[in-house]
Amino acid sequence: MTAPRPHRLRPGQILSHLVLLVLGFLFLFPFYVMVLTSLRSPAELFTPTFRWLPAQFVGLQYYIQALTEVPTLTFLKNGAIIAGGILIVQVLTAIPCAYALAKFEFRGRDTLFAVVLFSLTVPIQAPALPLYLGLNAIGALDTYFAAMAPFFLSVFAIFLFRQTFRSFPDEIIQAARIDGMSEWGILWTIVVPGSFPAIAAFAVFSVTTHWNDLYWPLIVLRSNDLMTPPLGLAYFADSESGANYGALMATSVLLSAPLLVGFLLAQRQFIRGITMTGVK
Amino acid sequence: MPSDVAVPASPRHRRLGAAIPGPLVAGLVAPAALLIVLTVIAPIAVMIAMSFTGYRLGDSSIAFVRLENYTELVHDRTFRRALWNTFLYVAMVTPGSVLLGLFLAVLIDGLEHGQKLYRLVFFLPVTATVVAMAMVWKYLLHGTIGPFNLLLQGLGLPVLDVFGNRDLVVAGLAAINIWSLAGFNMVLFAAGLTAVPEELYDAAAIDGMESRVDRFANVTLPLLGPTMMFVIVTSTITAFKVFDTVAVITRGGPRGASDVLLYTSYLEGFSYFRMGSAAAMTVVFLAIMAVFAIVQARILDRKVHY
Repeated sequence: MTAPRPHRLRPGQILSHLVLLVLGFLFLFPFYVMVLTSLRSPAELFTPTFRWLPAQFVGLQYYIQALTEVPTLTFLKNGAIIAGGILIVQVLTAIPCAYALAKFEFRGRDTLFAVVLFSLTVPIQAPALPLYLGLNAIGALDTYFAAMAPFFLSVFAIFLFRQTFRSFPDEIIQAARIDGMSEWGILWTIVVPGSFPAIAAFAVFSVTTHWNDLYWPLIVLRSNDLMTPPLGLAYFADSESGANYGALMATSVLLSAPLLVGFLLAQRQFIRGITMTGVK
Repeated sequence: MPSDVAVPASPRHRRLGAAIPGPLVAGLVAPAALLIVLTVIAPIAVMIAMSFTGYRLGDSSIAFVRLENYTELVHDRTFRRALWNTFLYVAMVTPGSVLLGLFLAVLIDGLEHGQKLYRLVFFLPVTATVVAMAMVWKYLLHGTIGPFNLLLQGLGLPVLDVFGNRDLVVAGLAAINIWSLAGFNMVLFAAGLTAVPEELYDAAAIDGMESRVDRFANVTLPLLGPTMMFVIVTSTITAFKVFDTVAVITRGGPRGASDVLLYTSYLEGFSYFRMGSAAAMTVVFLAIMAVFAIVQARILDRKVHY
């Protein structure tokens, strides 16, 4: 270690950077390998030494394979439809309920809120068997509806929006009411736009959760053309029995790209949305 | 939970003195209430009832078997192994991801430059699709061609087939979860750290606490207490729900060495269609989760005092 330079890089700072650089390298390494493997020739996978760059550049061959021989675009579309559909219904059902819980006195309110708090602790695996039997009974298995229905209500959204709406100033609502606005009008044109940050954070949380979910789609979806990105990828990896690593990695890159790009573009919203379950 | 703003005690459907018609409240609440009943309350009631039956998908009648499913679970070697593996997994992931998250948060918090960039790097795995990254990890730790083994060979060490080794497979899966959870915990700790007043560090310095380790142990750590408890419980719940990596990488293998609770109950219910027995497994799972959830709620309820 050298004497402190005018630029205040003290030994402690340098040490911290060194440790963080090593750990950062380890954290990014899987991403690097994913991209690298999608760009190198299969023969190189079986060489006894690790090379940092492809010895022979195979171009976008695997990406073309991933887009033409694997229904990657279909998986992406299904992911968007299912995660998007879930989000829309969640927001539409949670907002009015949260508004009533936040601003109205009514009989059964405390009971309803207690049920919401209880439901917060229930993971999807708990109601999965009866939900499956119910969907089976109405002949709805293997549909977009089956993939979305268990998540139409988010008690977490109710909980979060209730907190947000409670801090919305009553004077503004009262003034709008005196102006003759309907209660629904007040909710959708005044309260909801004023609570946009909370709704956006929830949207990130919800879309990330359902885009990445494997458990429920694995149970209810069978058709290739309905599969979500994780399910499609698992299915593809299986049918290829892991032989075509290049195409598998190219597909992995394409299917995880939307969320990773979203994160890089809107880091603060992503970190806020995803960790919202943790920070009260 | 605290009650709302002080409202005149008696009248119902009231808000800020304005009378609210009952149908309006019903309209606001009904869709959500109906969905809670349909997707949470009723299915859980059915699931618990089903755990006392021998129902299999396709049966024309349902036989009531009392506690038979539960007594069978006690003797079921697969289930016991799954339970044990799950606890083993949690015992690795929770300390690993909490300590690593804390270490990263403290190290980054003390930096004069580059905080944002490091946070970005360590949070990246949190947003990544688990199934896609599981494919990468499967290759990374592959017994013959994986880069991890090329490194071991390069160092003259014996090769490890992590996912093919009964003693290593749980640790391998745990490593993936630590990697994908540490950044999440880092952000929670970072939020806790910003609440530590700078003056306390100055005071500690005046009191003669020169080293970073001293200040960390005597100032930072005690103040992070509530955050710490919360992160531990949240990580435990996350780890307990391990499913994706097992389903994609090991399928419970080799020879059951990575059977975990959710994967075993998934197979029982949705592969073998033994609904009664799968329901009993789910009740056990739910009971364990409930304990964690109660602890979590207690921590949330307790306000932080400095």
